[in-house]
Amino acid sequence: MNTTILLFLLQDGITNGAIYALLGLALVLVFAVTRIILIPQGEFITFGALTYASLSAGQMPGTIKLAVAMGVVAFAFDLFTFRKALDARRVLRSIAVNIVFPLAIWGVMWALGGRPGNIALNIALSLLIVAAIGLYLYRIAFQPIAHTSVLVLLIASVGCHLALQGFGLVFFGAEGQRGPAISSDAITIGALRFTGQSIAVYGITIALIVGLWLFFGYTLYGKALRATAVNRLGARLVGIRTSLSGQIAFLLASVIGAISGILIVPITTLYYDTGFLIGLKGFIAAIIGGLVSYPLTAAAAILVGCVEAFSSFYASNYKEVIVFTLILPVLVLRSLAAPAVEEEKD
Amino acid sequence: MSALLQVTDAHVAYGKVEAVRAVNLEVRADEIVTIIGANGAGKTTLLNAVMGILPLKGGVTFAGQDVSKIDIEDRVAAGLSLVPEHRELFATMNVEDNLLLGAFRIDKATAARSFEHVYTLFPRLKERRKQLAGTLSGGEQQMLAMGRALMGAPKLLMLDEPSLGLAPIIVADIFRIVSELRAAGVSVLLVEQNAQAALKIADRAYVMELGEFILDGVASDIASNQRVVASYLGFQHEGASAI
Repeated sequence: MNTTILLFLLQDGITNGAIYALLGLALVLVFAVTRIILIPQGEFITFGALTYASLSAGQMPGTIKLAVAMGVVAFAFDLFTFRKALDARRVLRSIAVNIVFPLAIWGVMWALGGRPGNIALNIALSLLIVAAIGLYLYRIAFQPIAHTSVLVLLIASVGCHLALQGFGLVFFGAEGQRGPAISSDAITIGALRFTGQSIAVYGITIALIVGLWLFFGYTLYGKALRATAVNRLGARLVGIRTSLSGQIAFLLASVIGAISGILIVPITTLYYDTGFLIGLKGFIAAIIGGLVSYPLTAAAAILVGCVEAFSSFYASNYKEVIVFTLILPVLVLRSLAAPAVEEEKD
Repeated sequence: MSALLQVTDAHVAYGKVEAVRAVNLEVRADEIVTIIGANGAGKTTLLNAVMGILPLKGGVTFAGQDVSKIDIEDRVAAGLSLVPEHRELFATMNVEDNLLLGAFRIDKATAARSFEHVYTLFPRLKERRKQLAGTLSGGEQQMLAMGRALMGAPKLLMLDEPSLGLAPIIVADIFRIVSELRAAGVSVLLVEQNAQAALKIADRAYVMELGEFILDGVASDIASNQRVVASYLGFQHEGASAI
């Protein structure tokens, strides 16, 4: 190995690691706020990426139909919940969020009439569709069982993953797709060539992390989300709805997942089930961070990316094995360091 | 005067065990009411059920509105607030953020006034406003819990054992502040094991034993009631049920 290869591998590792960092952060966020281990995160990646690729190819992605259908179900769930005290304002709000919002996205896509729009519009539409799916997924699958144990939530999470992956196969088929790059420029520094896409990956990752930091540190809703994560009963006692916190967490996670997908779909071919594996690597980073620490998760994600890059160079057949083996020493160390924890009850 | 909080024929059960039976409770506007009783009498259970944390069978009316079927969060918005026994602070957030979140359901202008009010009542919190809640002393945490509840400008503040585990000098401070709240237009429902201190500041009192109210009346009458004196104020008898 010479220095050039070393630098190439590091560059590759950091680019992938940046994506894993985003996914790891989303997983930590969702777990801290809702106690849900978000397995469908992988589907947010796939849906974001393939919706973007389909839109760019001038096709109508099936995900918009899913968003509309899930919106209708979510609205029905809301009506059922409101039945004891039917309040016009809450019903109107529910109609706006669950019915008007997805239909409006569909309307814009219909108005485009299958012509490939520009990249920015396609990205915006893909993000909105996946955001809607994420929001309704929480409303339909998790909000009704929000008070159950972590295990029940995990089983529901696996169920959602399998269902959404099935929908992915229906919508996008078994063939892989690639999307257009955000930028085709490239700059060369020494031996290293930075493509516009990889610079976009770094830039957007850093912007998102700074954005999340500002959101959690300086806004009322960000603080409310943190409060829910720290003390769920305390949050309810000051009037913060657990369901609201859950919805915001899922909204953020789905948008982060979709952004990750859109960032990598120009670099690698994505299939309907690729997201799961990528999400799993973010999950490893999150586990190394103990599902609580954001900075540790981000650092661990860079490590996962680099280990992956180096193992694909030295032992490409064992790439995934080596990456997933990372989790073992971490779990052993953690179980030795931490006393047995009883599951939180509330 | 109509009641601010009216609880009628309340039953609260943990599975098959009824912890609160057929309780009727009333708190009027600008009134401090206390519930005294031994450990395990059901006082905390009753407060939690009135707040909506535990399911309650029976009627709960607050400020003329039936709140028995609505969520905790909506009861908070209606002006009912609970400072629970374990305080439930946001330990890894600073004092100021804890207070800010206490005003989550009210508008910004009212929240600014609440900040002033709370910092006047508890100057200590103002000194410590950048400190993490989890690093405060027990007394300061109790002040923060009360301050956070007051930030939402509640009509009725329910306090669960505010004196538990605190030094006597801090307890005196907290009871003084509770009696000041009435002047600020906040009614208080106070659950206490420290019956002596509670009866001193309360207008009316209920005595709870084994899940039922066995006595109620004006606080000074209750304080001079012989059974109460024997069970809760004087020497503690074994089992505390010489009634």
